[in-house]
Amino acid sequence: MNTMNSTVTSNNETTEAPAVPVQDERPAETIIQEGVTVGSPYADDPKFKLRDVEVFYGESRAIKKISLDIARNEVIAFIGPSGCGKSTFLRCLNRMNDSIDICSVKGELMLDDQNIYDPKRDVVELRARVGMVFQKPNPFPKSIYDNVAYGPRIHGLANRKSDLDDIVEDSLRKAGLWNEVKDRLDATATGMSGGQQQRLCIARAIAVSPEVILMDEPCSALDPIATAKVEELIAEMSESYTIVIVTHSMQQAARVSNRTAYFHLGHLVEVNETDKVFTSPDHELTESYITGRFG
Amino acid sequence: MPNRKDDVYGDHISGKFNDELNELKTQFLNMGGMVESQVEQAIQSLVDSDGQLAEKVRLGDKLVDKMEMDLDEEAILVIARRQPTARDLRLVISVIKMVADLERVGDEAKKIAKMAIKLTEEGQAPRGYVEIRHIGTHVLSMLHDALDAFARLDSEQALRIMKEDKQVDEEYQAAARALLTFMMEDTRNITRCMMVMWVLRALERIGDHACNIAEHVIFMAKGEDIRHSPMEEAERVVGR
Repeated sequence: MNTMNSTVTSNNETTEAPAVPVQDERPAETIIQEGVTVGSPYADDPKFKLRDVEVFYGESRAIKKISLDIARNEVIAFIGPSGCGKSTFLRCLNRMNDSIDICSVKGELMLDDQNIYDPKRDVVELRARVGMVFQKPNPFPKSIYDNVAYGPRIHGLANRKSDLDDIVEDSLRKAGLWNEVKDRLDATATGMSGGQQQRLCIARAIAVSPEVILMDEPCSALDPIATAKVEELIAEMSESYTIVIVTHSMQQAARVSNRTAYFHLGHLVEVNETDKVFTSPDHELTESYITGRFG
Repeated sequence: MPNRKDDVYGDHISGKFNDELNELKTQFLNMGGMVESQVEQAIQSLVDSDGQLAEKVRLGDKLVDKMEMDLDEEAILVIARRQPTARDLRLVISVIKMVADLERVGDEAKKIAKMAIKLTEEGQAPRGYVEIRHIGTHVLSMLHDALDAFARLDSEQALRIMKEDKQVDEEYQAAARALLTFMMEDTRNITRCMMVMWVLRALERIGDHACNIAEHVIFMAKGEDIRHSPMEEAERVVGR
């Protein structure tokens, strides 16, 4: 860690204007240097190996040379102020950015040593392995059952009705929703409460047996009790899945994650054990953000 | 090298949060000031054989106890309302712990005052008072510097206090040996010398508490817990 800090100190020849105005007496750790992340961004035998990732929206560069490993079965939280690139970076992990025409991704993005952005890659298969849960619950306007059964059906995961029934029940159980909905599986999903809808979306993501679940602010539209249920679910799911969660709630990041990554203006500033980030972060900017000193 | 982190706490987006943390710091320094003057007056009452002043110190300890409880309550409320993190969290937790040290220092001052009352009643020629004055001045300046280091978040000054504590320990040992010879010279001195010994012991403990506060200041400034570590480790952390 210290060695990384000193790299930041010694070299002031940044290739572009630093994102934060630099004062003479400013200590080294307040300076962001492109491609330099303090803390421990790398892991042995990672699920995702991401190197020098850059994302462009047309001419503008939203992600600036980020390198990060995401370990197997870890929960990693992405935090940072609005517009820092955390959601953009998350969406690279299952090529959700593909649907945006002007968006292009550079760098090395590997999932289990396979290139995510290989042109020959089957994106549907990729997204089955790397599922996603969005900010606002977005159930299909179908029955609860059909919402969960949709993925397994299109991926041909169940040959018989009874197999499909099993997958639906299992997924709803894992999402902590089974007892609440088992008597009304035919009811329309849009009639459920927000928290139930979000857990249904998680069940829907689980139903296709993914390896990774990406969550983009999954609790921002939920009340505290529904949030607590989803967080509990994240803790349980971390035994079997790798989870990447983008959150605006720092307390949530502190509660659910093993590691926390702090993004700032398209840079990955710091990655550390969550316990460290919230008690004594290495980077001044991380400290300013998590203590609420950002203006 | 002065670190920007050490000079300023910086402002939160929430002004109210700033106010609450500032209030906590101010209250802590007020309590520190109160405790300092308790120790100072306790020593004064002893060397001047001033029973009235000693009585005042004894009563003053009630106020110190109240300040301890108020500060703890304030710290608990900050945690409940703000869920502080990083340096704010370290500040709040350290205040809770340092308040306990200050309260103990207050207790030691009260002990000294009680001895002052007893020794005044006995009214014999003072022996060991030179040592009391000497060590007393030393630990008072350590306590003052520890509070100062807290106010400025100055980990280098905190480190100096930790080193001074070693000297106080040596001075205490030397004074204890001197008292022992007085006792051996004339057994009628024993009661009196024992009382002086208790006072020296109380002063030595005050030095330890100042040292504890200094360790917390380093924790607040650097984020590393250097308690129960060798001095070299503390030096490394502070030098970072």
